[in-house]
Amino acid sequence: MRRISILVAGAAAIALTLGGCGGSDDKTTESTDAGTTAAAEDTAAAEETTESTDTGALVAGASGKLDIFTWWTAGSEALGLEELQKVLAAKYPDIEFVNGGTAAGQGGSGKEVLQTRMDAGDEPDTFQAHAGKEMQDYINADQLTDVGYLYDQFGLRNVFPEDLITMLTQDGKIYSIPSNVHRANVIWASVPVLEAAGLDATNAYYASIDDFIAALEQVKTNAPDYIPLAIGTTWCQVHLLETVLIAELGADGYNGLFDGTTDWGGAEVLSALGKFETIMSYANDDHNDMEWEPPITMIINGEAAFSIMGDWAPAAFDAAGSVAGSDYLYAPSPGTEGIFDFLADAYGVVNGAPNPTAAEAWLDVISSREGQIGFNKVKGSIPARTDIDLAAEGFSEYQISASEDFGSNAIVGSIQHGCAVTIAQGNAINLAVSKFVSGASDLETFQSELVDAMK
Amino acid sequence: MRKLRRYGPPLALIAPSVFLIGVFVYGLIIASFQTSMTDAHTSAQFTGVQETHFVGLQNYIDILKTDNFQHSLRNLLLYTVVFLSGTMFFGFLWAFLLDKRARAEGFIRSVYLFPMAVSSIAAGVVWKWLLNANTGARASGLNRLFQLIGLDFLQNKWWSNYNWGIAAIAIPAIWQMSGYVMALFLAGFRGIPNELREAARVDGANEWQLYRHVIFPQLSPVALSAIIIIGHMSLKGFDLIVAIAKPASYETRVPAIDMYQFQTEGNYANASTVGIILLLVVLVLIVPYLVHTARAEKNR
Amino acid sequence: MSALETQVVQSGVVDSRVGKHGFQWGTFLRHVLLIFFLVVVLLPVYVLLVTSFKGITEAQPARAWLLPSGWPWEWTLENWKGAWSGLPGIPAVGPAMGRTLLLVIPSSIISAMLGSMNGFVLSRWRFPHANLVFTFLLFGMFIPYQAVMVPLYKLVMWLDIPSGIPTLILLHVVYGIPITTLIFRNYYESVPSELIEASRVDGAGMMRTYWSVVLPISVPSFVVVLIWQFTSAWNDFLFAVFFASSPSQGPVTIALRNLAQGAQLTNYGASMAGALLASLPTLVVYIALGKYFIGGLMAGSVKG
Repeated sequence: MRRISILVAGAAAIALTLGGCGGSDDKTTESTDAGTTAAAEDTAAAEETTESTDTGALVAGASGKLDIFTWWTAGSEALGLEELQKVLAAKYPDIEFVNGGTAAGQGGSGKEVLQTRMDAGDEPDTFQAHAGKEMQDYINADQLTDVGYLYDQFGLRNVFPEDLITMLTQDGKIYSIPSNVHRANVIWASVPVLEAAGLDATNAYYASIDDFIAALEQVKTNAPDYIPLAIGTTWCQVHLLETVLIAELGADGYNGLFDGTTDWGGAEVLSALGKFETIMSYANDDHNDMEWEPPITMIINGEAAFSIMGDWAPAAFDAAGSVAGSDYLYAPSPGTEGIFDFLADAYGVVNGAPNPTAAEAWLDVISSREGQIGFNKVKGSIPARTDIDLAAEGFSEYQISASEDFGSNAIVGSIQHGCAVTIAQGNAINLAVSKFVSGASDLETFQSELVDAMK
Repeated sequence: MRKLRRYGPPLALIAPSVFLIGVFVYGLIIASFQTSMTDAHTSAQFTGVQETHFVGLQNYIDILKTDNFQHSLRNLLLYTVVFLSGTMFFGFLWAFLLDKRARAEGFIRSVYLFPMAVSSIAAGVVWKWLLNANTGARASGLNRLFQLIGLDFLQNKWWSNYNWGIAAIAIPAIWQMSGYVMALFLAGFRGIPNELREAARVDGANEWQLYRHVIFPQLSPVALSAIIIIGHMSLKGFDLIVAIAKPASYETRVPAIDMYQFQTEGNYANASTVGIILLLVVLVLIVPYLVHTARAEKNR
Repeated sequence: MSALETQVVQSGVVDSRVGKHGFQWGTFLRHVLLIFFLVVVLLPVYVLLVTSFKGITEAQPARAWLLPSGWPWEWTLENWKGAWSGLPGIPAVGPAMGRTLLLVIPSSIISAMLGSMNGFVLSRWRFPHANLVFTFLLFGMFIPYQAVMVPLYKLVMWLDIPSGIPTLILLHVVYGIPITTLIFRNYYESVPSELIEASRVDGAGMMRTYWSVVLPISVPSFVVVLIWQFTSAWNDFLFAVFFASSPSQGPVTIALRNLAQGAQLTNYGASMAGALLASLPTLVVYIALGKYFIGGLMAGSVKG
């Protein structure tokens, strides 16, 4: 046991140092360096905790029912959840896992059901949400407890990137622990279509949105049989919009949209929205009819040149036997190199939970090495912990590179995936985008609706 | 005492229903109405962590004023008109065609009814494909079918149209519910005693006259049932819309979806307000019906 | 019943003989139209069916109208197996269907009985202000569920009914009252009142009249109401998701939703197989009840 944890600590320190060197952005490098030093201190603490227990359980005396609300109900997510259940059963054999969740994203009613249960006083012990602002309503309503003490107890403060902890902390309090991390700003490109259009078929990174628009135009003129940009329904378009905003405003400017230092009504945003409109003009007609996956299928089948989607896309490529490098390319979305557009699933301890100790145990499970490795390998996301050697654990090449970026890049929060905006703001932004893309509003109305949405 | 003996039994029979509806419907509507008059726009206010205030009808004014909600109301109207006329047309036509006993009637009837057995969630999966917006070379779904049978000019973008898109969502709704309206009418047709038909035939009426003067007039209560059932489905039309489009889709926004969105935000004041507005819309739908019933009573 | 059916069949034969040359033509046209609509109605079902036999790469919208390749030897049954008993990452629809039957059968029978009695006293055994009471009940149909979900949830918690299926039965019965009452009332209104008056004049009590005169002629309406209640309880998603949403306890719509929309990667083939599977019990009910649509029951009761 002891030997393993020393090895791990070493690997983590190396990974972090490498990450730090790789960073091109001064600011990022600085912050990771700080993380490295802190990590060294923390490994000692982590070792001690590991030593002191047999099963690795960090929460004492946890037993009884764990009423958990999650929308991981099918596919790789459900399989990942099973991995977590295994870890739970090993660490906390006295806890009975009771899943009260239901499909949520993509039109499911999960969020509404959770909201109702919380507000009617039938709280689960812990529930899934996107880390960040999406949890704000629950925090305001006093429905989540501060779990900062668990970060100390589990030794998480130095195994999670500092940017991440900063982003999750509010007034010195922190209300959730992420189980997995995804990157939203990734572009996916079809090698045969790039070749047909005479574009560089080895590298899909474009240094700016304007370069990207030029590439889209080139596909349209040189390869008119192909769709330049494959995109899905409204939420996919909001996802696209946020990557455009990041590219046009930079990490600081983009972050400023949420703390008031960047004006949603300003000329920079207007110009970015105009570029979003231009990009959308290269998209497929049936975008409304698709989730994120059919656009990726268009890349796989060589029907479209590009798509911008989060890094859950490899699941679709893998399922179709499509190979990175020869069949498709991935890169940071245009103009966002060095920036990691972050989203994460997270859990907290519900205030008034029937069994808060079980909830704490669950947080231990999802943040533990075993939990993060088991879950993320299956789901295709990357661990929030930076002390895991992904290569040694058999993660995919993409996951390894994403994890390196996560350790080194500037981290910004996703709009569409609940990190940077509240549920109400997200709903309003989605409606405004849908209205604009449908042609029912012009650019100025669109911008003013976004301003209203963020009020 | 005589009154009690006369009216006691029917009142006793209906009392449990009245009680249950009183609690589960009116009790909840009152609670909802109260919420709609407050500024409980967040969970924190709704659960009492932060304070709420009485704001009177302010929420109603605010919501009705917005372009987006007016768009929802307009969509609702359009959806209801298309859904209602479509199901009434096909339901009546099919019942009429089947009334005089076709070959394999049972089979045909079951097929017509079958779409209703397909839940909206499941129907959404396939109709999402059928209502695909691609035309021309990349066409799929119904547009592709139109190409195959040489009706290319019928191709369109279905629900991806902010003016008329909602009418396209009514197509699967008509597909689902026409069979049921047929069943209602068929029950009506078959509830008419054979004596009446025979008597009319003896009087020399031809088939058309028989239907026109004997059978159709008997069906108006059944037709009203159908209108109310379909009308209330269209007001609540939610499952099917979100199974095909998205709650966020501007093209297919209706008040039920606005209500859902407000609810997910914890904006209970607005969700309740939209709910009460929907109830008021229902009143508009139901008042003519009540007037009709009252008049029918008088004539008896 | 069999005597009645014979009578019906005979009257049907008479029907088709009525008229001379023109009417034969009409019968032909009628059948042509019936078959045309049959095809139209079945188009989406065709897509559901063929897709349910396709492998993952073929189950795509662009190939919706095509038969699975390798027809018919290479049709895959994986989707049906997966939807029925669950595959890794695919929720099982089969066990959920069993749970749903336990919910749907009692709730639709109770609702239909309640609706029939309400409809009877509101149309043919009236009391003062019966119309007002009817309106009171009817209006309940329009309750905006989403707006009242939190108070409703609190109410159900306060009643302390066992969660899951019992709660759902209660809700379907309660919220079924308006529509079942409406259908029965309007059906009884269309029944000539002489029938009931006669029994009343004979001095029969209310329950006896209901039992021996009204109930026997209610069969077509029971069919309509049972079809409605069975279907709406079977296909209900809203109550299910709020009051029985746990994947291991939820009814079939929960499983279907998890199948169709829960996963990051939609398995279209399995979704469509699941959709068809989940529709089968309802279809069986339609076929079983459908035969009671036979007309002439009225005549039978008058003569009998």
